[in-house]
Amino acid sequence: MIDKTVKNAEEAVADVQDGMTIMFGGFGLCGIPENCINALVKKGVKNLTCISNNAGVDDFGIGLMLHQHQVKKMISSYVGENAEFERQLLSGELEVELIPQGTLATRCLAAGYGMPAIFTPAGVGTEVAIGKEIRNFNGKDYLMEMTFDADFAIVKAWKGDTAGNLIFRSTSRNFNPIMAMAGKITIAEVEELVEPGVLNPDHIHTPGIYVHRIFQGERYEKRIEQRTVRTQ
Amino acid sequence: MLDKNGIAKRIAQEIQDGSYVNLGIGIPTLVANYIPAGFNMVLQSENGLLGMGPFPLEGEEDPDLINAGKQTITTLPGSAVFDSAMSFGMIRAQKVDLTILGAMEVSENGDIANWKIPGKMVKGMGGAMDLVASAKNIIVAMQHVNKAGESKLLPACSLPLTGVRCVKKIVTELAVLSVLPEGGFKLEERAPGVSVEEIKQATAGKLIIEGEIPEMKI
Repeated sequence: MIDKTVKNAEEAVADVQDGMTIMFGGFGLCGIPENCINALVKKGVKNLTCISNNAGVDDFGIGLMLHQHQVKKMISSYVGENAEFERQLLSGELEVELIPQGTLATRCLAAGYGMPAIFTPAGVGTEVAIGKEIRNFNGKDYLMEMTFDADFAIVKAWKGDTAGNLIFRSTSRNFNPIMAMAGKITIAEVEELVEPGVLNPDHIHTPGIYVHRIFQGERYEKRIEQRTVRTQ
Repeated sequence: MLDKNGIAKRIAQEIQDGSYVNLGIGIPTLVANYIPAGFNMVLQSENGLLGMGPFPLEGEEDPDLINAGKQTITTLPGSAVFDSAMSFGMIRAQKVDLTILGAMEVSENGDIANWKIPGKMVKGMGGAMDLVASAKNIIVAMQHVNKAGESKLLPACSLPLTGVRCVKKIVTELAVLSVLPEGGFKLEERAPGVSVEEIKQATAGKLIIEGEIPEMKI
C-alpha cells in the first residue's frame, strides 16, 4: 500500500500558496475540515478562491478565514449565515459566485470522473445562464457547465486508512467524497486513522487513489448550526 | 382564509401514497405534520438523505445528521445517506416525485422567483434552481399577496427567476390554483369563507374561472 499519511494539518497544508483555488467539503458546518481550516488561518495564506457549498458562520468554519481577509472569492450555493461575509461582499472586498447546489456538486463529480463539462437544466432561463452555451436534448434545454479545476480539495471523513481510503458518517458525507475526487491534491482529515486492512473494502466511500494526504484530526468541535429538538 | 398550517394541511392532500417528496423551507416543512398515519411517503433532504425522520429528542442531537435547513434531525428504519451529487442526480433524473417550495412570485406561465431581491443581500439559490428545473411535479406554498398587499400571482415575474414554466399548482391562504400548460391560473378551490371575488382581487395574472368553484375540504 502507498502510505499517504502526513503528521498533522500544518504539514498537510504546508504548500498551499496565495492565490490558489481550494475546495472545502461540508454542508453548513456539518462535515467541514476543521483542522485544516484552522491551519490555513494560522498559515495566513491570502487571495484564496474557495469552493464550498456555504461560507461558514462568523466565528467558525470558512468564516474564520473571512475574518482574516484570506478569501478573495467564494464559489457557493448559499451564503446566508455570515455577517462578516455580507460586510465584505457589500464593501467590494469579496467576490462571490453563486451557483445552483446540484450544479456545484456535479461539477465536482465530473472532475473526479475526468469529464470536462456537464449539462444541467438548472438555471435555464435565469441569470445563471447568462454567457453559457445552451444545448437542446430531446426537447429540453440544458446549460453547459464546466468542471471545476481546484489546486486543493480539503475534506473531512469519519474513518480513513493510511492508504487514503475514506468512510463518511451520516449526512456529514455531503460534498466530501465528490470534492475528494476533484482536487489536483486532495487532503483528507479523519476522526479515526487506521492501518490498511482494518476497513472493509466493501464499505469504502472514497478509494485512496483520490487522496494524496491523510491525517487524524484532533479536537473536533462539530458545531451544530440549528439545534432543533422535539419534546416527545 | 387559511393560516400557514391550513395551507400545509391542504398541500398534504396532494401527496400520493408511495411517493418521494422534497420539502422546502418555511410552510412546506409544515406539510410533514399532516401526513396521515400509515401513509408511505419518503422525505428527501437534498444535503444527502432519503427517509428524513422527526427532530431528535433533547440530548440525542447528532451534529453529523442534519437536514437541508441545517437543523438536527433523525433517520428512520429504511433511511439512506448519499453524497450531494447523487442527491441532485436523483432530483435531475426525476426519481423525486414531488417538490413543495415557497415563492416570492409565480407567473401565469409557471415561472417562479424565490431566490433574489435586487438591492438586498443575496444569500444564494441553494438547491432551488436544480429542484424547479427537474421536478416532475412542483407545488408552491405561499401567501397570495405580499406584505405590501400586492399580488404574488402575476402575468410575468418582476424578480429574477429561479426557473421557467415549472410550477404546476399553487396553494395560498385563499385558494388552490393550477397553472395551465397554455398559461393562466385555473381556480380549482376556494379556502373556507373566501369568495371568488376576493380571489379575483388578489390575483394580478390571468385567472380562469370555470363553473362553480368548490370550497376546500380540510
